[in-house]
Amino acid sequence: MRTEHIGKPISRVDGRAKVTGAAKYAAEYNVPGLVYGVVVSSAIAKGRITRIDVAEALRLPGVLQVFTHENSPLLAQSDNSYSDEVAPPGSPFRPLHDGEIRYSAQPVALVVADTFELAHYAASLVRIGYERDAHATNLNEERERAYQPRPREFIPPPESRGNAEKAFAEAIVRLEEEYSAPIEHHNPMEPFATTVLREENGRLLVYDKTQGVQNVQNYLCNVFGYSKGDLRVLSPFVGGAFGAGLRPVYQVFLAVLAARELKRSVRVSLMRQQMFTFTHRPAIWQRVALGAAPDGTLEAITHKAIAETSQFEDYSETVVNWSGLLYRCDNVELSHTVVKLDLHTPGDMRAPGAVWGLHALECAMDELAFKVGIDPIELRLKNYAERDQNEGKPFSSKELRACYRLGAEKFGWARRNPQPRSMREGNVLIGWGMAGGVWEAFHITADAKATLTADGRLTVSSATADIGTGTYTIMTQIAAEMLGLPIEDVTFKLGDSSLSKSPVEGGSFTASTVGSAVKAVCEKIRKKLFQLARKIDGSPLANTKLDNVRFVDGQIRSHNDSSRAVSLIEAMRHGGLSAIEEKASAGPTPEQMQYSRFAHSAVFTEVRIDEDLGTIRVMRVVGAVAAGRILNPKTARSQVLGAIVMGIGTALEEESVIDHTFGRIMTHNLADYHVPVNADVHDIEVIFVQEQDEAVNPLGAKGLGEIGIVGVAAAIANAVFHATGKRIRDLPITLDKLL
Amino acid sequence: MNSFSYTRADDVATALREVAADGAAKFIAGGTNLIDLMKENVERPSRLIDITRLTLGGIRPRSDGGLRLGALATNTDVAYHKEIERRYPLLSKAILAGASPQLRNMATVGGNLLQRTRCCYFYDTATPCNKRTPGVGCSAIAGFNRAHAILGTSAACIASHPSDMCVALAALEAVVRVTGSVGERVVPFAAFHRLPGDTPNIDTNLQADEIITGVDLPARGFAEHHAYLKIRDRASYAFALVSVAAALEMDGNTITEARLALGGVAHKPWRDPQTETMLHGQSATRENFKRVAEALLRDAKGFGRNRFKIELAKLAIVRALSQASFKEAHS
Ligand SMILES: Cc1cc2nc3c(=O)[nH]c(=O)nc-3n(C[C@H](O)[C@H](O)[C@H](O)COP(=O)(O)OP(=O)(O)OC[C@H]3O[C@@H](n4cnc5c(N)ncnc54)[C@H](O)[C@@H]3O)c2cc1C
Ligand code: SF4
Repeated sequence: MRTEHIGKPISRVDGRAKVTGAAKYAAEYNVPGLVYGVVVSSAIAKGRITRIDVAEALRLPGVLQVFTHENSPLLAQSDNSYSDEVAPPGSPFRPLHDGEIRYSAQPVALVVADTFELAHYAASLVRIGYERDAHATNLNEERERAYQPRPREFIPPPESRGNAEKAFAEAIVRLEEEYSAPIEHHNPMEPFATTVLREENGRLLVYDKTQGVQNVQNYLCNVFGYSKGDLRVLSPFVGGAFGAGLRPVYQVFLAVLAARELKRSVRVSLMRQQMFTFTHRPAIWQRVALGAAPDGTLEAITHKAIAETSQFEDYSETVVNWSGLLYRCDNVELSHTVVKLDLHTPGDMRAPGAVWGLHALECAMDELAFKVGIDPIELRLKNYAERDQNEGKPFSSKELRACYRLGAEKFGWARRNPQPRSMREGNVLIGWGMAGGVWEAFHITADAKATLTADGRLTVSSATADIGTGTYTIMTQIAAEMLGLPIEDVTFKLGDSSLSKSPVEGGSFTASTVGSAVKAVCEKIRKKLFQLARKIDGSPLANTKLDNVRFVDGQIRSHNDSSRAVSLIEAMRHGGLSAIEEKASAGPTPEQMQYSRFAHSAVFTEVRIDEDLGTIRVMRVVGAVAAGRILNPKTARSQVLGAIVMGIGTALEEESVIDHTFGRIMTHNLADYHVPVNADVHDIEVIFVQEQDEAVNPLGAKGLGEIGIVGVAAAIANAVFHATGKRIRDLPITLDKLL
Repeated sequence: MNSFSYTRADDVATALREVAADGAAKFIAGGTNLIDLMKENVERPSRLIDITRLTLGGIRPRSDGGLRLGALATNTDVAYHKEIERRYPLLSKAILAGASPQLRNMATVGGNLLQRTRCCYFYDTATPCNKRTPGVGCSAIAGFNRAHAILGTSAACIASHPSDMCVALAALEAVVRVTGSVGERVVPFAAFHRLPGDTPNIDTNLQADEIITGVDLPARGFAEHHAYLKIRDRASYAFALVSVAAALEMDGNTITEARLALGGVAHKPWRDPQTETMLHGQSATRENFKRVAEALLRDAKGFGRNRFKIELAKLAIVRALSQASFKEAHS
C-alpha cells in the first residue's frame, strides 16, 4: 500500500470517467419531458426594442413560450439581488429586464419548445424592431473619458510612491512606450449550458456549467425568491472555463426562469457565437515610462493603464501594481482607470490584469535592456526586489532568481547573440526573448467535511469546482496522505451547492484554500482516530502523543518505532463507531498576512520568422515556475503547458474584433477567433523551482492555474524584436505588422 | 435554422427534377458549409436534396490522358489518390493545406467548388450584406476586411473565395462538368466562378437547376515544377490570407510555360494568363519573378485592414515561383 501522495505525479482520479464519456456535463442530463430553450440575441449595440413580435414563433405546434421583457415575471428589484461573489461594483445585467439594449448580442428573448431544433427554428421567427442610439465601443477613441473605477474586492488600488515624474525627468536613460491589446474571449471547449430538472414538488436541480455552485445558488435564490432547500446547483464536471464561469452566466437565469414559469424541466445551451456575448478580457491601452541610470538601475517607473468596462459595472483588475512589485524602485507612479463602453462588463480571464500589465512592463524592460546594452536577465537581477515595496512586507518566498537561472540554462540563453537579426538560417530569422512573471498566491476561507467509515473509506467534500485543473485529484491526494490511505479509498466530492461552503474556483486559490480546509478537516479526524487508538486495551500507542505518530499504510504508527501501530479500521472497531464525521473551516492566519505571497516565473521563447512573409512560429518555450510546493507534478505541468499555449494565443492570435460601426464583435466563432492549434505548438518545457514555504499557507503550495500564462506574450514579443529588430507593441503580433 | 424537408435522390435525373420543382431547394453533399450557413440563418432552404447516394464518386482516367474527379469524391479521396499524388501533386498539396482531416473526410469536390465566402458580415444576419440581401450595402468595405479581396472587387462586394483546392484547379485549367434539365455542358474553370460586379449574390455560373457531376483534369499536371504556398494567421486550420498555386514547365533554367493562380485575393481563384506569359522564355530569377508579381498586382486595391495583402501577395508569388522552379519542388 502506498499512502504518500503529495508531490507525486498521480493521474487524474476523474480521468477515466472523462475519456470514457461517463463524466456528464451540464447539457447532458436528460429526463423525459425535457424542453429546450434557445436564446435570441440583440442585433444592435445600443437603444431599445420598439416591437417584439413572437406570434409567428408561437404559432408553431410544440413551441411553448417565448420569454421577453414584455412577459417576464416580476422578480427581485434591487441590484443587490443580482450581484454575486465576483461582481464588480455597479448594477449587474438583468436578462429580459426591460427593452433597453446595452450591448450588441445581449439576450433579448428565450424561445422554449419541445425539441431543440424547433426552438432553434422558432427563434429565427421572432421579429424585433429597434430604435438605435449612438454607441461607443472604441477604447482608443474614448480614452479621454477614463475615470477611476470604484474599487473591487481583492483588487488593491494602485499606490504610487516617491516622485516618479521628477526622477524620470532627471534620469539619464529614459524610455517611454505605449502598448495595447484587444478584447479576448475565454472560449472554453464546452459552451455554457444549464439543465434544470424540476421535481414533482417544484424543487429545482440546476445542472450548470459554473466555477461556483454556491455563487450561482445564491444568485438564483436572491433573484427568483427560492429557498436554498428548493434549489440546488450542481456542476460536477466543467469543460474548461478560464474565468468565464466565475459569475452566473445568463443562460442559467433563463433556464430557471423557464422552468419556474412553465413548470417543466428545461435546458438552455449557448451557441459558440453566444460565447462572445458576456464576459471577456478587457481591451487595454498602457503607457510605461522607465527612467534608469546608464547601468540600468531603475530610478523611476510610471505605469498607466486605461481599460474598458461596461456602462453598468466598474470592472477593474490588477494591471499596474506589478510594476511597483517586481523591481526595486523608490519612485513609482501607477494608475489604472477605465472607460465605459457599450459592451458587456469584462471579467477575470486567466491571470486577469497580470497578462496585460506584465506584457507592457516586461516588454519595456526588454527595451531598456537593449537601450543600455545589457542582457535582459542581468537588468532584472540588477533591479531585483528583495521586499514587496508596494506593501512594505517581506516575501514568504521568492525563487525568481532561480527561475531566471534554471530557465536560462535549460534554454541555452548564454548562446544568444544580443544583436537583433543576428541569428538566422537562410531567410528564417531566429529570435530569443525572455520575460518574468508574477501572480498572487491568494488564500481565502473555505470549509470542508469528511466522513471516515468503518471499512476505512474516506469521503471528503467541499462545494468548489474542478474546471479541468485537477481539483478532484489534488484534494484526494491531500486527504489520502493526511490519513495514510490509498488513493482508491478516498473520494472527493465537489460541484454541489449542498456541500460545505467554498468560494468560486478562481484566482489560483483553490489548491491553497480548499486544500487547507481539507487538511484541517482531516486533522480533526486524525485526532479522533488517535484518541480511539489510544483507548484500545493495551494499545501500542498508549503512551504516545499525536505529534509523535504518522498516518501511513492505513495505520497510525509511532514515529520512533514503526512496529507500534494501530490500523484505522481497528481503531474504529474498538471505538464501536460506524463512521467519524467532521467539519472544518480554514482561512488565512494573521501570521500569513505578515508576508507578501506570490508565485513567480521566467519564460524563454524562440521564434522563427520568415523574413519575407512575416509568418511567426514559436519553436521553443521554457517556463520556469516557482510556486511553492508542487502538490502533483503531472497536473501542475498540464496547467503550465496549457497556460503557455494560451499565452502563445495572446501573443500571436487572439483578438475579438469589434466593428465599431455596429458596435459588434465580428470574430464570434472559432474559425475567425483564432487560438493556437497543434501545429502552432512546438517544444514546451516546464521547470518547477522548488520553494520550501511554511509561511504562505498551511499547505506551502501557491497555486498554478494562472502563473504559467503571465509573461508569455512579452517573452514572444521580445523574441520577435530580437529576430526582426521591430517592436510590435500592439497585440496580437500578426504577420501583417511585420511586413 | 429554418424548418425544411429532406429527400435522398437515387439518380441524377431525380435530383434534377426535385431541384427544378422547388426554387428554394438545395443539394447537400458533405454538408460542411451548407449546414453551418443554415445554422446561421444565412441559407434557408425549403428542402435538402441529399445527393451523396448518386454515383458521382470516384476518380477515373480519361481517354485524353487526364483524370476525372467525381463530384462526390471527398477532398481526402482526391488528396491521397495515388495518381493525384504522382501526377498532380499541386492539387494534393492545395487540398491538404485546407480545413482539417475531419472536414476533408466529409467535404466533396462539388461542395468545395461551391463553398461560400467567409466574410464575417455574410455570416452574421445582424449586419447588412449585399451578397445575402442585394441592395442593402456591403459592411466589409469600411469594416473588418482583413480577409477580403484586393483584385476584381466591386462597389457592391469585396468578398474573397476561400477555397484552396480551387486555386490549384484554376492553375491546372480543370474543366467543370455540369448537368441540367437541358443536358450536359462543360465549363472551363476560369469561367465557373464569377466576380461580384453588381450581382454579388451570384457566386458562380452554375444554374439553379444544374448539378456538378465532376471535374476533369487535363493530362498535364506540372508535377516537376509546382508549388502551393498558403499564408495564414496560424500554421493550420485557417483560411488563406493569400495563397499561390504556381506551375511551371521548364527547359533547364528557362521557363517555357507559367501558370499562377492566387487564392484569398479575389471573389474567385485569380488568374491573369496574359501577365503569366511575361515569364515565358525567361530564366528563373528572383528579378523576373518580382516583375511578374508586380504586374499581377498592378490593379490591386486595398480597403484598410486588407491593404497588406497587396505586398504579401507579391512576396508570396516570388516565393512560390522560386520553390516551383526547383526540380522536385518542395513547398
Ligand atoms: C472550420 C472550417 C475550416 C475550413 N477551412 C478550409 C480551408 O482552409 N480551405 C478550404 O479550401 N476550405 C476550407 N473549408 C471549407 C470546406 O472545404 C468546404 O466546406 C467543403 O469543401 C464543402 O464541401 P461539402 O461537400 O461539405 O459541401 P456542402 O456543404 O454539402 O455544399 C456546399 C454547397 O455546394 C452545393 N453542392 C454540393 N455538391 C454539389 C453538386 N455536386 N452540384 C451542385 N451543387 C452542389 C450545395 O448545395 C451547397 O450550396 C473549411 C470549412 C470549415 C467548416
Ligand atoms: S464583402 Fe460581400 S459578402 Fe462581405 S459584406 Fe460585403 S457584400 Fe457581403
